[in-house]
Amino acid sequence: MSAERLLTSSLRELAAALAEGRTRAEALADAALERAQALQERLNAFITLTPEAARAAARAADERRRAGNVSLLSGIPLAHKDLFCTRGVRTTAASRMLAEFVPPYDAFVVERLADAGAVSIGKTNLDEFAMGSANEHSHFGPCRNPWDTSRIAGGSSGGSAAAVAAGIVPVATGTDTGGSVRQPAAMCGVTGIKPSYGRVSRYGIIAYASSLDQAGVIARSAEDCALALTAIEGFDPRDSTSLDRPSEDHAAALAAADGQLDGLRLGLPREFFAAEGLDADVRSAVEAAARTYESLGARLVEVSLPRAELAIPAYYVIAPAEASSNLARYDGVRYGYRAPDYADLDDMYRKTRAQGFGDEVKRRILVGTYVLSHGYYDAYYLQAQKLRRLIAEDYRQAFDSCDLILAPTAPTTAWRLGEKGQDPVQEYLQDIYTIGANLAGLPALSHPCGFDSAGLPIGCQLIGPYLAETRLLLAAHAFQGKTDWHRQLPPL
Amino acid sequence: MNRTDWETVIGLEIHAQLTTRSKIFSGASTAFGAEPNRQACAIDVALPGTLPVLNRGAVERAIRLGLAIEAEIAERSVFARKNYFYPDLPKGYQISQYELPVVKNGAITVQVGEGEAAYEKTVRITRAHLEEDAGKSLHEDFHGMTGIDLNRAGTPLLEIVSEPDMRSAEEAVAYARALHTLVRWIGVCDGNMQEGSFRIDANVSVRPKGETRLGTRREIKNLNSFRFLQQAIDYEVRWQIETLEEGGTVQQATVLFDPERGETRVMRTKEDAHDYRYFPDPDLLPLVIDRAWIEEVRSNLPELPQALRRRLVEAHGLTPYDANLLTASKELADYYLAAVAAAGQALAKPCANWILGELAAKLNRSGIEIGESPVLPAHIAALVRRVQDGTISHAGAKKVFEALWTGEGQDVDAIIEAQGLEQVSDESALESLVDAAIAANPKSVEEFRAGKEKALNALVGQVMKASRGAANPQRVTELLRRKLTG
Repeated sequence: MSAERLLTSSLRELAAALAEGRTRAEALADAALERAQALQERLNAFITLTPEAARAAARAADERRRAGNVSLLSGIPLAHKDLFCTRGVRTTAASRMLAEFVPPYDAFVVERLADAGAVSIGKTNLDEFAMGSANEHSHFGPCRNPWDTSRIAGGSSGGSAAAVAAGIVPVATGTDTGGSVRQPAAMCGVTGIKPSYGRVSRYGIIAYASSLDQAGVIARSAEDCALALTAIEGFDPRDSTSLDRPSEDHAAALAAADGQLDGLRLGLPREFFAAEGLDADVRSAVEAAARTYESLGARLVEVSLPRAELAIPAYYVIAPAEASSNLARYDGVRYGYRAPDYADLDDMYRKTRAQGFGDEVKRRILVGTYVLSHGYYDAYYLQAQKLRRLIAEDYRQAFDSCDLILAPTAPTTAWRLGEKGQDPVQEYLQDIYTIGANLAGLPALSHPCGFDSAGLPIGCQLIGPYLAETRLLLAAHAFQGKTDWHRQLPPL
Repeated sequence: MNRTDWETVIGLEIHAQLTTRSKIFSGASTAFGAEPNRQACAIDVALPGTLPVLNRGAVERAIRLGLAIEAEIAERSVFARKNYFYPDLPKGYQISQYELPVVKNGAITVQVGEGEAAYEKTVRITRAHLEEDAGKSLHEDFHGMTGIDLNRAGTPLLEIVSEPDMRSAEEAVAYARALHTLVRWIGVCDGNMQEGSFRIDANVSVRPKGETRLGTRREIKNLNSFRFLQQAIDYEVRWQIETLEEGGTVQQATVLFDPERGETRVMRTKEDAHDYRYFPDPDLLPLVIDRAWIEEVRSNLPELPQALRRRLVEAHGLTPYDANLLTASKELADYYLAAVAAAGQALAKPCANWILGELAAKLNRSGIEIGESPVLPAHIAALVRRVQDGTISHAGAKKVFEALWTGEGQDVDAIIEAQGLEQVSDESALESLVDAAIAANPKSVEEFRAGKEKALNALVGQVMKASRGAANPQRVTELLRRKLTG
């Protein structure tokens, strides 16, 4: 199968090609690697490519196929965000601190996908320790948007979104702490889902903010997301916050659906559409998407999330607080970067962390340390936790009158590299529509719904009640049955 | 003011290492003494992406301790992160329970002092919480550098915090000893103080008698023997009183006890105290303990030392002092109870006497634990029975005990037989010896008849001597008395 076909085929089509012997896993891996290498300079979507390991895994997949039973993902090339630990393959979190770190184990997600026979071709770029909304804060340089390489790919899972959008791999993993799967998916014109908190084990994911971090997948369609998500869900005793319940076969549910959404109540949060800073093109594309849903049988209802605007301040207290503690282990003592010259222990800590972390990471560590400090804890951290509960309650109430919430994924399309670098708050404000789902632990996805006047993709977000992943995917799948925004290819 | 005008106030924080085979948040072994870093897995080393998973065995032990001190077991408790940088603290934070501990509001009653001066003291236990231990920094053998051993990192600890209820070093030691006994008794901690399994921090302050507010305390860290606990508190109290009497003030501080110099010295003052930035650990769900689990643990608890002590006094007729000694360890108590079970409860007292006397002395001298004693509870029972029924004298019993101890014999009756220790109680056999003694000691006879009771003992002694110890002294005494007064 040619690289062109790889670029446009769905997972089911690729699986059929493999099953019918029209292609082999090794050929797919070669095509993916070739395209990744060809685009690396322009996109910088990858931090590490693993051609040898990929070919070995592909050959093994081909052999298993000859031997008999294989799963649908067997032989499918994919890429992992470089926040997932991979045994024997360096895992950097896009940080100088871990630039040489080689984990002795695989993350749960990596393990699950490898067990399913999927073939990882490498590790994708991201904002350092997943802290950012543009993938500009990477020790390995920014990732660029396949639709316009002078623009950001979104973040933090920018590399995964760009790799899927550029047709390098049909599916890639990501993590979403405040929108890090959905926002880059929107910026790059692909589909990404963040499941409910606890659905997918965090084991082996380098922690940013543990109570918000959740693994997800980015692909070209809701159906492909469903297939990949089904493979990575499930209980993992190694993560105490992992849900002890069987995974659901979302893909089977989609296969059985009729493409209609009769009676589905879609809630449009008044506050989201009234928010300052919502780009006019984004608004009209999302409103148009709402009408498309209506044409599929859905009923649009207005809902209210009165404390929506408090989500950003709450998030930017809680996430940095947890991050300041999660990143304390990078001290130069046992692994990772250590400053070459130092006078004593404290000096070693200071220099190692000053040199090993980038500015955005340092900023969040400082904020997090501050809000947890004696005398500030109650005013910031505890207050933010209260807000978090209130915001979750807002969502719960909204779901009394709707089945899913429909909203923009981000207020704007991809901006130019460097445009917001000087003002972190401008970047933080980009997360306004995505953060609520993380604070409330809810599943949410983003799918393409159009382009702005500059030809940049726009994302439509669906947020569901706890554990309603299948409902989300069914809706997006129906939408994609009627539209072809998700089939558009960037002009690379 | 002089020393008697001051009151000492002591509270203890005791870290008991729990007896789980694996660590509190990882599967690595907790065995002591392995090569450095051989028992530290990815979680203990805090590799990126690793997550803690709570060991239910550690929780079960916390419940056990909570029940043993009649405390509340929290239905819901929370693990928090205590953040600080230290090379042997791999994550940069310690997971510990902070605002919501698993055990709260317990107490134990302990015996303080001996004999007439002995009294009971109840010490309230504020809380006991689960936490992980840090690793060890090794400052020797690394030529100006520091080695890190993470074998101990993640070892489960139960920190048991008392109220400031103790008023003297003696009370503090009695409480610490009682807790030490208790944790081993219920099997939650091996109590090995050399290996650091039971470490004591003492918060000490003084105040003028009659004052109700607490004085400024200093915390003596990491005391690993009861002797050091006593010495450190004694020194600290003296120092604080002297300082105050000289017009100085006591600054809140953490101090270390130097056993060689017998002094405490300041490790850090309040000014350089860390801000630990505690917050609930988002990697762990709140610990929820249901009633069924608590009841299951309760049903597996052995009789506790305090209850057993009461039973030994009330039902066995022992003195509180002896009861206290016999309940110093579960092994000793079990030994005693096995002996009494075999001998019959009526003979509890002589059983206790043998165990706390002859046997304790032997064990002590040879450094053997009660579990390894060659003299078994059944031996003690047989021995006291043979003394009771007059078969052997106390002196004979000592010989039997000796033979059991050395392994010369295994069976009490066989030893009595082999060594010819059976007493002569038969009157006809004793009569000639008694008559001979009366005839040979007219002076004693005269004295006895004049009312001097003690003279009878001399005559008994003569008979015993003539029988080469074989005569039953009780029967001899009876016989003599009858003949001399008849």
